[in-house]
Parts: sequence; structure tokens; C-alpha cells
Amino acid sequence: MEYLNILFSETYKILFLLLPVLVSVAMIVWLDRRIWAFVQKRKGPNVVGPFGLLQSLADALKYIFKEIIIPASSNKIIFILAPIVTMTLALVAWAVIPFSEDFVLADINVGILYIFAISSLGVYGIIMGGWASNSKYPFLGSIRSAAQMVSYEVSIGVIIINVLLCVGSLNLGDIVLAQEKIWFVVPLFPMFVIFFISALAETNRPPFDLPEAEAELVSGYQTEYSGMMYAMFWLGEYANILLMCALGSILFLGGWLSPLDIFPFTMVPDPLWLVIKILFLFVLFALVKAIVPRYRYDQLMRLGWKVFLPISLIWVVLTSGYLLYFDLLPKS
Amino acid sequence: MPAHAFFFYIFSLIAIVSAIMVTASKNTVHSVFFLILDFISISCLFILIGAEFLGMIMLIVYVGAVAVLFLFVVMMLNVAQQKNQWFGAASGGKHIPVGMIVSLIIFFELLIVIGGLKLKPDLSNDFINLSTTNITNTHSIGNVLYTDYIHLFQLSGMILLVAMIGAIVLTFRQRSGLKRQSYIRQISREKNDGVELVNVKNKEGVKIDV
Repeated sequence: MEYLNILFSETYKILFLLLPVLVSVAMIVWLDRRIWAFVQKRKGPNVVGPFGLLQSLADALKYIFKEIIIPASSNKIIFILAPIVTMTLALVAWAVIPFSEDFVLADINVGILYIFAISSLGVYGIIMGGWASNSKYPFLGSIRSAAQMVSYEVSIGVIIINVLLCVGSLNLGDIVLAQEKIWFVVPLFPMFVIFFISALAETNRPPFDLPEAEAELVSGYQTEYSGMMYAMFWLGEYANILLMCALGSILFLGGWLSPLDIFPFTMVPDPLWLVIKILFLFVLFALVKAIVPRYRYDQLMRLGWKVFLPISLIWVVLTSGYLLYFDLLPKS
Repeated sequence: MPAHAFFFYIFSLIAIVSAIMVTASKNTVHSVFFLILDFISISCLFILIGAEFLGMIMLIVYVGAVAVLFLFVVMMLNVAQQKNQWFGAASGGKHIPVGMIVSLIIFFELLIVIGGLKLKPDLSNDFINLSTTNITNTHSIGNVLYTDYIHLFQLSGMILLVAMIGAIVLTFRQRSGLKRQSYIRQISREKNDGVELVNVKNKEGVKIDV
């Protein structure tokens, strides 16, 4: 009986986290398309509902009622598993994101490693989808995408080390609390820029959307997918983008902390600050999508391995040297 | 705690079944996927015994990096079409004795490790201390790794470096006649470098140096 109670309360908490995430993923797709349209002097989706807010809902309905086509020569089990893996992994990572000091689903000691591990598992959804489709374009797209994600994960890992040196803990709540005096975006500004660009590449956003470069690969690993399975890939992708924005705001923008500890700012509840920061980063993501042309593949690899990795490694040496010299290393 | 035991049995069952399926499945890509499932359930077991740092590192290193490369190689080499049968008849079962010898050696090594723990219980005292104090195990691993075992740690780093350089040397070929794109040169190229205006005399043409 006691176990059942625990089970129910945990399920309730999980639903309380999951439903807002899913709804905000749907809204964020609308926001993305609107910003993209405004930059290009178009109107964007504005028909369904007020300001077109219900456009994503209409799209979801359309996807649900479409037929799911499974190619005859595909590997059926893995083909069906791929979108499920993508979406599940994108959602489970939200378990450790702290919305305020005690408003977090799982306050584990190795939170940042957990997010890093889950985002490195995200490659598998794409590889599985590309391979199981048993067709040229998906396969090429998935190989490209896997190489890209593995490369940029390395630089994201080194950037995280920079932040961890200043914090002295792997817990996401501790990382936020360490920024009470100054957000890490100020002392580690170059790392924030590199993190932002690596996050674009990690989530396959333009200008690094080589996996689905429609001019060359139709739409990469998603080519053979249709109906709800395509929508699940899509949801997973956007949930991942939101997760990267959340990670960026926790690592560099002070998570739930308000920018100034004075009256009008302290009125705003903590979780709202995190949401505002996530939205700010997402608007940047959307603007980048609208104004930057797509990278060439060899330049993408060069940027990851020959530019970002050395710079962030040198920055680790600089940060640790600075902290050691001025005796600022966090004591545990 | 029954729930704890329940999850332990679930994860170890998945680990054992997927480990068997790695060798038993006919499709090589399926084998790699089962291997990944095995890694994941092993890291869940690590987390269950409270070694969350090891579990996460296992996920990041083995599943996130090593298994991706495995998958790449298996997919690219097209070995998926080869018949991968258990006790395959095609090779006449020649690899079975070698496999038996290797597994016997591993079995005895495991016996030695377990027997060693039984013989010298003070070796495992450190681990018991870990669970009673409230330092996180990331801290305690760091405390041990960078003080008592710093030489071994550096040595393993050197071994990995040597392996990496070896792999690069083995696969690196200097090909001649390769046209490289230097994109700094491409960007810094201006109109005057690329275009030249020439007065062409009638019926003589002009010589262009390439």
C-alpha cells in the first residue's frame, strides 16, 4: 500500500512536469515559425486561433489522423523504436532541471552528468531511424548527424568542465546557487558563445542542420517517416532544443535567480525567471535559424574539432590557473 | 528494501538476456544494439548500488562514444549481411576452442578477484567507509584518484595517448596531388586577384597563365 502511494505521488509529479513541457514544445514550434516569418517579412501561421496560437494543435491533429507507412524493406522493430527512443530521451532529461531551489523532480548529485549522458544517447534515435529505413538518404543523413553530434558533444563537455571548476559540484541546484554573486556568463563569456553554437550543432538546428539538408538529402533520417512517427521525431527535436536552452540558462544565466536582488525583480516567482531565460535563448536560436545560411559539412567538422575544442581546452587551463592563483577554488 | 531488489532483478535480467542476445542474434547491427542495452542496464545497476558517478560515466563513455563508433563500423563495413551463427557450421566451429580458453581465463580471473576480496577484507574497507560518510562519491573518487593513485592515473592517460597516436599513424596516408581548400584564402581573395582585364589584339588572341 505504501509503495502504491509513493507510485501515485511520483506519477503525479512526473505528469505535473511532463504536461507543461509537452505543451510548451507545441507553443515553441509556433514561436519558432512566427519569428522566422517576421525576420523574412512574412506573417507566419496566424489563422488558427488568436495569433495562430493553436496552429501546432491543428498540426498535431493532422499528424494523428495520417496513415503511418512502414516501408516494406525496412527493419520494422528498429524503425518503430527510433522515434520512441528520440522522444523518450528528450523528455526524461527534464527530470533533473531545477525550476527553483526545491522545485525539482529528481535532485541527484550528478545532475549535469545525467543531462550530458542523456543528450549523448540522443544520437541513437537518429542512427536507428536512418539505418532501419534501409534507404540511401536516411542512412547518409543519420551518419552525418551522428558524426556531428558526437563531435560537438566533446566541446560541450569541455565547456561544462569550465563551469564545474567554478562551482565544485555536479548538482544543478548547486551550479545555480554558485551564481548568486555573478552569473557565469560574465566571467566565462567566450564559453557561453561557444556553448550556444555547439548547442545549435548538437540539436541539429540551422545553420548546422546538415542531417536534413533538404537540397541534398530530401530530409535526412526522417525521409521514410510519416504520420505520428514523424511528429514524434519532431517533438523530440524541439524538446531537445528547449532542454539545451534550459541547460544554457542554468550553466551561464543563473537558472532561477533574478538578475538583481531588488524589489520589482524579487516579486517574480523563481520558476518564471527560468522560463524567461529559456525563452530568451530560444528566441536567439530562432533568429539564428532565420538569418544564417547553412554550413558546408567539412567546415562544420573543422569548426568543431579545430576551433572550438582547442579554445575551450585552453580556457579550462586559464580558468583553473586563475582560480588557483587567486585561491578562489570552491572548497568542499 | 523489496523495491530495490525488484529493480535489481529486472536490470540484471535485462543485462544477462541482452548479453546472450549479443552473441546469439544473427544480424550484427542487432548485436550492437543489444550490447548498448547491456551497457545501459549495467549502468543502472551501478546507480542502484549507489555508484552514480560510475554509472553516468559508463553511459557517457561506453554508450555515448564507444558504442556509436562500433555501430558506425558495423554499418559501414556491411557485415550485416554475413551469416553470424552460433557455433557456425561454415567455419567448422574452429573458433569454439579459442573462445572456451578465453572464457575460462576470464572465469578464473573473476575467481581470483572475488577470492582476493575474501582473503584481504581490509582492501574493501575504503568502499564501506564511502557509503557511511555523506561525501558524494564523485568527491571521494576524485580524492583517491588524484592523490594516492595519481601515477597510475597518469600512466593510463599515457597508454590511451599512445594508442590514439598509434591509430592515427596506422591510418594516416599522405596522398599526393590533393587539392585542399583553405578557406582563409578563399575569403581573403578579392576582385583584383581573380579578374584581369586584357587588351586582346585582333587575330592574335591572348595567352593566359594558369
